[in-house]
Amino acid sequence: MDNAAIAKGIREAAKKLLGEGKVDVVIGYAKGTVPMRDYPYFAYTPEEAENLTWSGFCCNNLALYAIRRPGRMAVVAQGCVSRNLVGLVNENQVKRENLYVIGVNSPGMVDRRKVQALFPGQTITEVEEVGDELIVKGVGFAEKVARKKVMRQNCYTCVQRNPVISDELIGGEGPASHGGNLDKVAAPWEKLGSSERWAEFQESFKDCIRCYACRDACPLCYCHVCFVDESQPQWCGKTQDEADVATFHLLRAFHCAGRCTDCGACESACPAGIKMRRLTMKIEKDIRDLYGYQPGMAIGAQPPMTLFKPNDPQDFIK
Amino acid sequence: MFARRRFAVLKNLLEYAGLEPGRLHFSWISSAEAQKFQQTVTEVTEAVKALGPATRMIKDIRKVA
Ligand code: SF4
Ligand code: SF4
Repeated sequence: MDNAAIAKGIREAAKKLLGEGKVDVVIGYAKGTVPMRDYPYFAYTPEEAENLTWSGFCCNNLALYAIRRPGRMAVVAQGCVSRNLVGLVNENQVKRENLYVIGVNSPGMVDRRKVQALFPGQTITEVEEVGDELIVKGVGFAEKVARKKVMRQNCYTCVQRNPVISDELIGGEGPASHGGNLDKVAAPWEKLGSSERWAEFQESFKDCIRCYACRDACPLCYCHVCFVDESQPQWCGKTQDEADVATFHLLRAFHCAGRCTDCGACESACPAGIKMRRLTMKIEKDIRDLYGYQPGMAIGAQPPMTLFKPNDPQDFIK
Repeated sequence: MFARRRFAVLKNLLEYAGLEPGRLHFSWISSAEAQKFQQTVTEVTEAVKALGPATRMIKDIRKVA
Protein backbone atom coordinates (compact mmCIF):
# COMPACT_ATOMS: atom_id res chain seq x y z
CA MET A 1 0.00 0.00 0.00
CA ASP A 2 1.36 3.43 -0.79
CA ASN A 3 1.57 6.33 1.63
CA ALA A 4 -1.56 8.05 0.36
CA ALA A 5 -3.64 4.92 0.90
CA ILE A 6 -2.16 4.41 4.37
CA ALA A 7 -2.84 8.05 5.26
CA LYS A 8 -6.44 7.57 4.17
CA GLY A 9 -6.67 4.42 6.29
CA ILE A 10 -5.30 6.29 9.32
CA ARG A 11 -7.80 9.13 8.82
CA GLU A 12 -10.70 6.71 8.58
CA ALA A 13 -9.62 4.76 11.64
CA ALA A 14 -9.19 8.02 13.56
CA LYS A 15 -12.58 9.40 12.54
CA LYS A 16 -14.25 6.19 13.61
CA LEU A 17 -12.49 6.09 16.99
CA LEU A 18 -13.23 9.74 17.72
CA GLY A 19 -16.77 9.60 16.34
CA GLU A 20 -17.64 6.61 18.50
CA GLY A 21 -16.01 8.20 21.51
CA LYS A 22 -13.61 5.28 21.98
CA VAL A 23 -10.66 7.64 22.47
CA ASP A 24 -10.29 11.29 23.48
CA VAL A 25 -7.46 12.01 21.09
CA VAL A 26 -5.69 10.47 18.13
CA ILE A 27 -1.99 11.26 18.09
CA GLY A 28 -0.54 11.08 14.61
CA TYR A 29 1.38 13.13 12.07
CA ALA A 30 0.30 16.11 9.97
CA LYS A 31 1.92 17.62 6.94
CA GLY A 32 4.64 20.06 7.93
CA THR A 33 4.75 23.70 6.98
CA VAL A 34 8.18 23.20 5.46
CA PRO A 35 9.12 20.28 3.19
CA MET A 36 10.30 16.98 4.73
CA ARG A 37 9.17 17.85 8.25
CA ASP A 38 5.87 16.25 9.07
CA TYR A 39 5.06 16.98 12.67
CA PRO A 40 3.15 15.42 15.58
CA TYR A 41 -0.54 16.22 15.45
CA PHE A 42 -3.32 15.79 18.01
CA ALA A 43 -6.77 15.20 16.57
CA TYR A 44 -9.53 15.69 19.14
CA THR A 45 -12.50 15.70 16.73
CA PRO A 46 -13.38 13.75 13.57
CA GLU A 47 -12.91 17.01 11.62
CA GLU A 48 -9.39 17.44 12.94
CA ALA A 49 -8.66 13.85 11.97
CA GLU A 50 -8.80 15.03 8.34
CA ASN A 51 -5.37 16.62 8.89
CA LEU A 52 -3.64 13.35 9.71
CA THR A 53 -1.11 12.09 7.21
CA TRP A 54 1.52 9.41 6.67
CA SER A 55 4.82 9.74 4.81
CA GLY A 56 8.52 9.03 4.89
CA PHE A 57 9.04 12.20 6.91
CA CYS A 58 7.41 11.06 10.13
CA CYS A 59 10.60 11.28 12.16
CA ASN A 60 9.22 12.18 15.59
CA ASN A 61 8.54 9.42 18.04
CA LEU A 62 4.90 9.75 19.08
CA ALA A 63 5.29 7.45 22.08
CA LEU A 64 6.60 10.58 23.80
CA TYR A 65 3.11 12.09 23.95
CA ALA A 66 1.52 9.03 25.51
CA ILE A 67 3.56 9.38 28.70
CA ARG A 68 1.30 9.81 31.75
CA ARG A 69 -1.41 11.21 29.50
CA PRO A 70 -4.82 11.08 31.15
CA GLY A 71 -7.78 9.60 29.29
CA ARG A 72 -7.94 7.24 26.35
CA MET A 73 -5.76 7.83 23.35
CA ALA A 74 -4.91 6.30 20.01
CA VAL A 75 -1.35 6.54 18.73
CA VAL A 76 -0.14 6.01 15.18
CA ALA A 77 2.83 3.68 15.57
CA GLN A 78 5.42 2.23 13.23
CA GLY A 79 7.89 -0.37 14.53
CA CYS A 80 10.09 1.81 16.72
CA VAL A 81 7.22 3.88 18.13
CA SER A 82 5.40 0.69 19.11
CA ARG A 83 8.56 -0.59 20.79
CA ASN A 84 8.78 2.59 22.84
CA LEU A 85 5.10 2.28 23.72
CA VAL A 86 5.76 -1.25 24.95
CA GLY A 87 8.70 0.09 26.96
CA LEU A 88 6.48 2.75 28.51
CA VAL A 89 3.82 0.20 29.41
CA ASN A 90 6.52 -1.96 31.03
CA GLU A 91 7.86 1.06 32.93
CA ASN A 92 4.34 1.93 34.15
CA GLN A 93 4.16 5.25 32.30
CA VAL A 94 1.32 4.23 30.00
CA LYS A 95 -1.65 1.98 30.74
CA ARG A 96 -2.17 -0.55 27.99
CA GLU A 97 -5.95 -0.37 28.44
CA ASN A 98 -5.94 3.38 27.78
CA LEU A 99 -3.92 2.96 24.64
CA TYR A 100 -5.19 2.11 21.18
CA VAL A 101 -2.39 1.46 18.73
CA ILE A 102 -2.96 2.29 15.07
CA GLY A 103 -0.10 0.22 13.66
CA VAL A 104 1.70 0.94 10.39
CA ASN A 105 4.67 -0.74 8.73
CA SER A 106 7.48 1.78 8.38
CA PRO A 107 8.91 2.37 4.91
CA GLY A 108 12.13 3.67 6.51
CA MET A 109 12.13 7.39 7.21
CA VAL A 110 14.01 9.95 5.15
CA ASP A 111 16.86 12.03 6.54
CA ARG A 112 16.12 15.56 5.36
CA ARG A 113 19.77 16.56 5.79
CA LYS A 114 20.89 13.91 3.34
CA VAL A 115 18.38 15.17 0.77
CA GLN A 116 19.43 18.77 1.27
CA ALA A 117 23.09 17.78 0.94
CA LEU A 118 22.37 16.57 -2.60
CA PHE A 119 21.20 20.06 -3.52
CA PRO A 120 23.77 22.37 -1.93
CA GLY A 121 22.71 26.01 -1.81
CA GLN A 122 19.35 25.28 -3.40
CA THR A 123 15.99 25.73 -1.75
CA ILE A 124 13.79 22.66 -1.79
CA THR A 125 10.13 23.59 -1.91
CA GLU A 126 8.47 20.21 -2.18
CA VAL A 127 9.36 16.54 -1.95
CA GLU A 128 7.02 13.91 -3.29
CA GLU A 129 7.31 10.19 -2.61
CA VAL A 130 6.64 7.84 -5.48
CA GLY A 131 7.37 4.23 -4.63
CA ASP A 132 11.10 3.79 -4.05
CA GLU A 133 11.90 7.26 -5.27
CA LEU A 134 11.61 10.81 -4.07
CA ILE A 135 10.93 13.65 -6.46
CA VAL A 136 12.70 16.67 -5.09
CA LYS A 137 11.42 19.96 -6.39
CA GLY A 138 12.71 23.48 -6.05
CA VAL A 139 12.74 26.67 -8.05
CA GLY A 140 13.71 25.60 -11.55
CA PHE A 141 14.44 21.94 -10.84
CA ALA A 142 12.72 18.62 -10.19
CA GLU A 143 14.93 15.59 -9.72
CA LYS A 144 14.51 11.96 -8.75
CA VAL A 145 16.43 10.56 -5.79
CA ALA A 146 16.48 6.90 -4.74
CA ARG A 147 14.90 6.60 -1.33
CA LYS A 148 17.41 4.07 -0.06
CA LYS A 149 20.21 6.60 -0.54
CA VAL A 150 18.69 9.17 1.77
CA MET A 151 17.18 7.13 4.59
CA ARG A 152 17.98 7.86 8.21
CA GLN A 153 20.98 5.84 9.42
CA ASN A 154 18.95 3.96 12.03
CA CYS A 155 16.35 2.88 9.46
CA TYR A 156 18.95 0.85 7.54
CA THR A 157 19.59 -1.40 10.51
CA CYS A 158 16.15 -1.46 12.10
CA VAL A 159 14.95 -4.99 12.80
CA GLN A 160 11.36 -4.21 13.64
CA ARG A 161 9.58 -2.14 11.03
CA ASN A 162 6.25 -3.73 11.83
CA PRO A 163 4.55 -2.65 15.03
CA VAL A 164 5.09 -5.01 17.98
CA ILE A 165 1.60 -4.30 19.28
CA SER A 166 -1.36 -2.97 17.36
CA ASP A 167 -5.09 -2.85 17.86
CA GLU A 168 -5.56 -2.16 14.21
CA LEU A 169 -3.01 -2.53 11.43
CA ILE A 170 -3.29 -0.13 8.51
CA GLY A 171 -1.92 -1.43 5.23
CA GLY A 172 -0.90 -4.85 6.57
CA GLU A 173 2.55 -6.06 7.57
CA GLY A 174 5.54 -5.27 5.40
CA PRO A 175 9.22 -6.24 5.41
CA ALA A 176 10.57 -6.52 8.96
CA SER A 177 13.91 -4.91 8.15
CA HIS A 178 15.90 -3.17 5.47
CA GLY A 179 18.59 -5.80 5.74
CA GLY A 180 21.40 -3.75 7.31
CA ASN A 181 23.63 -5.45 9.87
CA LEU A 182 23.28 -3.71 13.22
CA ASP A 183 26.35 -5.31 14.78
CA LYS A 184 28.57 -4.04 12.00
CA VAL A 185 27.72 -0.40 12.57
CA ALA A 186 26.81 -0.29 16.25
CA ALA A 187 30.19 0.43 17.78
CA PRO A 188 32.67 1.66 15.15
CA TRP A 189 35.12 3.11 17.70
CA GLU A 190 35.77 -0.27 19.28
CA LYS A 191 38.63 -0.90 16.91
CA LEU A 192 40.33 2.40 17.77
CA GLY A 193 42.84 3.13 20.51
CA SER A 194 41.83 5.17 23.53
CA SER A 195 43.19 8.53 22.29
CA GLU A 196 41.55 8.15 18.90
CA ARG A 197 38.27 7.27 20.56
CA TRP A 198 38.47 10.42 22.63
CA ALA A 199 39.26 12.47 19.51
CA GLU A 200 36.29 10.96 17.65
CA PHE A 201 34.03 11.57 20.62
CA GLN A 202 35.07 15.23 20.90
CA GLU A 203 34.77 15.76 17.16
CA SER A 204 31.30 14.20 17.06
CA PHE A 205 29.87 16.41 19.78
CA LYS A 206 31.81 19.66 19.39
CA ASP A 207 28.91 21.52 17.71
CA CYS A 208 26.39 20.74 20.43
CA ILE A 209 24.66 23.93 21.62
CA ARG A 210 23.04 22.23 24.65
CA CYS A 211 19.51 22.98 23.50
CA TYR A 212 18.30 19.57 24.77
CA ALA A 213 16.09 18.97 21.73
CA CYS A 214 17.51 15.42 21.66
CA ARG A 215 16.32 14.83 25.19
CA ASP A 216 12.96 16.48 24.62
CA ALA A 217 12.26 14.37 21.53
CA CYS A 218 13.10 11.09 23.26
CA PRO A 219 10.27 8.99 24.68
CA LEU A 220 12.56 7.64 27.39
CA CYS A 221 13.16 11.04 28.99
CA TYR A 222 10.16 11.46 31.23
CA CYS A 223 11.71 12.37 34.59
CA HIS A 224 9.93 15.31 36.22
CA VAL A 225 13.26 17.02 36.64
CA CYS A 226 16.08 15.99 34.32
CA PHE A 227 19.57 15.71 35.81
CA VAL A 228 20.76 18.53 33.54
CA ASP A 229 18.16 20.91 34.96
CA GLU A 230 18.85 20.16 38.58
CA SER A 231 20.81 22.80 40.44
CA GLN A 232 21.05 21.27 43.90
CA PRO A 233 23.28 19.44 43.37
CA GLN A 234 24.31 20.53 39.92
CA TRP A 235 25.30 17.25 38.30
CA CYS A 236 26.35 18.79 35.05
CA GLY A 237 27.74 22.22 34.13
CA LYS A 238 25.73 24.40 31.78
CA THR A 239 28.48 25.62 29.49
CA GLN A 240 29.60 24.44 26.09
CA ASP A 241 32.96 23.47 27.51
CA GLU A 242 33.97 20.03 26.24
CA ALA A 243 33.78 18.49 29.71
CA ASP A 244 30.20 19.70 30.22
CA VAL A 245 29.09 18.61 26.76
CA ALA A 246 30.74 15.23 27.26
CA THR A 247 29.12 14.80 30.68
CA PHE A 248 25.68 15.62 29.31
CA HIS A 249 25.94 13.23 26.39
CA LEU A 250 27.50 10.35 28.30
CA LEU A 251 24.87 10.56 31.00
CA ARG A 252 21.96 11.05 28.64
CA ALA A 253 23.05 7.96 26.74
CA PHE A 254 23.59 5.99 29.95
CA HIS A 255 20.09 6.80 31.18
CA CYS A 256 18.77 5.20 28.00
CA ALA A 257 20.61 1.94 28.67
CA GLY A 258 18.43 -1.10 28.08
CA ARG A 259 15.57 1.15 26.97
CA CYS A 260 16.68 2.84 23.75
CA THR A 261 15.03 1.38 20.66
CA ASP A 262 17.31 3.22 18.22
CA CYS A 263 14.29 5.11 16.87
CA GLY A 264 16.47 8.00 15.74
CA ALA A 265 14.13 10.73 16.97
CA CYS A 266 16.99 12.37 18.88
CA GLU A 267 19.18 12.71 15.78
CA SER A 268 16.25 13.92 13.69
CA ALA A 269 15.48 16.62 16.25
CA CYS A 270 18.99 18.03 16.61
CA PRO A 271 19.46 21.45 14.99
CA ALA A 272 23.22 20.96 14.92
CA GLY A 273 23.27 17.60 13.15
CA ILE A 274 24.92 15.76 16.05
CA LYS A 275 24.98 11.97 15.80
CA MET A 276 24.27 11.02 19.41
CA ARG A 277 23.29 7.49 18.41
CA ARG A 278 27.03 6.81 18.30
CA LEU A 279 26.76 6.48 22.08
CA THR A 280 23.30 4.96 22.47
CA MET A 281 24.01 2.30 19.84
CA LYS A 282 27.11 1.14 21.64
CA ILE A 283 25.05 0.66 24.79
CA GLU A 284 22.29 -1.07 22.84
CA LYS A 285 24.88 -3.52 21.54
CA ASP A 286 26.38 -4.12 24.99
CA ILE A 287 22.96 -4.81 26.46
CA ARG A 288 22.33 -7.36 23.74
CA ASP A 289 25.74 -8.99 24.17
CA LEU A 290 25.82 -8.97 27.97
CA TYR A 291 22.19 -9.62 28.88
CA GLY A 292 20.59 -10.82 25.65
CA TYR A 293 17.93 -8.14 25.74
CA GLN A 294 16.32 -5.96 23.09
CA PRO A 295 14.12 -3.14 24.39
CA GLY A 296 10.43 -2.91 23.63
CA MET A 297 9.89 -6.29 22.05
CA ALA A 298 7.38 -7.76 24.53
CA ILE A 299 4.80 -6.50 26.99
CA GLY A 300 5.75 -7.68 30.47
CA ALA A 301 9.50 -7.91 29.78
CA GLN A 302 11.50 -6.44 32.63
CA PRO A 303 14.08 -3.78 31.73
CA PRO A 304 17.57 -5.30 32.12
CA MET A 305 18.86 -2.48 34.33
CA THR A 306 16.22 -3.32 36.95
CA LEU A 307 17.25 -6.96 37.11
CA PHE A 308 20.29 -9.03 37.94
CA LYS A 309 21.40 -12.61 37.63
CA PRO A 310 23.90 -14.19 40.01
CA ASN A 311 26.16 -15.07 37.08
CA ASP A 312 26.17 -11.65 35.35
CA PRO A 313 29.60 -10.86 33.87
CA GLN A 314 31.90 -9.22 36.41
CA ASP A 315 35.46 -9.60 35.18
CA PHE A 316 35.89 -5.81 35.45
CA ILE A 317 35.47 -5.98 39.24
CA LYS A 318 38.59 -6.74 41.22
CA MET B 1 23.91 -6.72 42.15
CA PHE B 2 21.87 -4.15 40.23
CA ALA B 3 24.88 -1.88 40.40
CA ARG B 4 27.02 -4.58 38.79
CA ARG B 5 24.97 -4.35 35.60
CA ARG B 6 24.96 -0.57 35.62
CA PHE B 7 28.70 -0.33 36.20
CA ALA B 8 29.40 -2.88 33.48
CA VAL B 9 27.55 -0.73 30.97
CA LEU B 10 28.95 2.56 32.30
CA LYS B 11 32.53 1.36 32.25
CA ASN B 12 32.17 0.10 28.70
CA LEU B 13 30.62 3.40 27.64
CA LEU B 14 33.28 5.60 29.23
CA GLU B 15 36.11 3.56 27.79
CA TYR B 16 34.35 3.45 24.45
CA ALA B 17 34.27 7.26 24.44
CA GLY B 18 37.98 7.39 25.17
CA LEU B 19 38.50 7.46 28.92
CA GLU B 20 41.83 5.71 29.45
CA PRO B 21 41.54 2.12 30.68
CA GLY B 22 42.97 2.09 34.19
CA ARG B 23 41.35 5.30 35.44
CA LEU B 24 38.14 3.64 36.48
CA HIS B 25 38.26 0.82 39.02
CA PHE B 26 35.67 -1.37 40.65
CA SER B 27 36.05 -3.67 43.59
CA TRP B 28 33.89 -5.62 46.07
CA ILE B 29 35.10 -4.88 49.56
CA SER B 30 33.24 -5.70 52.72
CA SER B 31 33.55 -3.48 55.80
CA ALA B 32 35.37 -6.36 57.46
CA GLU B 33 38.09 -6.48 54.81
CA ALA B 34 40.44 -3.75 55.95
CA GLN B 35 43.43 -5.36 54.35
CA LYS B 36 41.76 -5.74 50.98
CA PHE B 37 40.71 -2.10 51.17
CA GLN B 38 44.23 -0.95 51.91
CA GLN B 39 45.64 -3.10 49.13
CA THR B 40 43.06 -1.94 46.58
CA VAL B 41 43.62 1.73 47.34
CA THR B 42 47.33 1.26 46.85
CA GLU B 43 46.78 -0.48 43.54
CA VAL B 44 44.37 2.16 42.28
CA THR B 45 46.72 4.96 43.29
CA GLU B 46 49.60 3.29 41.50
CA ALA B 47 47.59 2.63 38.35
CA VAL B 48 46.37 6.23 38.19
CA LYS B 49 49.83 7.64 38.96
CA ALA B 50 51.25 5.62 36.12
CA LEU B 51 48.74 7.18 33.73
CA GLY B 52 49.70 10.69 34.84
CA PRO B 53 47.45 13.73 35.24
CA ALA B 54 44.06 13.54 33.51
CA THR B 55 43.81 15.44 30.25
CA ARG B 56 40.31 14.36 29.26
CA MET B 57 37.02 15.47 30.82
CA ILE B 58 38.80 18.45 32.34
CA LYS B 59 36.97 21.74 32.57
CA ASP B 60 39.10 24.84 32.37
CA ILE B 61 37.19 27.48 34.27
CA ARG B 62 39.27 30.24 32.67
CA LYS B 63 38.10 29.11 29.24
CA VAL B 64 34.38 29.18 30.01
CA ALA B 65 34.11 32.06 32.49
S1 SF4 C 1 17.86 7.88 22.73
FE1 SF4 C 1 17.29 8.55 20.64
S2 SF4 C 1 17.16 6.62 19.49
FE2 SF4 C 1 17.07 6.05 21.67
S3 SF4 C 1 14.87 5.98 22.17
FE3 SF4 C 1 15.60 8.07 22.67
S4 SF4 C 1 15.15 9.30 20.82
FE4 SF4 C 1 15.05 7.09 20.23
S1 SF4 D 1 19.68 18.42 20.14
FE1 SF4 D 1 21.77 18.52 19.33
S2 SF4 D 1 22.56 20.58 19.87
FE2 SF4 D 1 20.71 20.19 21.11
S3 SF4 D 1 21.54 19.34 23.04
FE3 SF4 D 1 21.03 17.56 21.72
S4 SF4 D 1 22.98 17.13 20.62
FE4 SF4 D 1 23.17 19.18 21.52
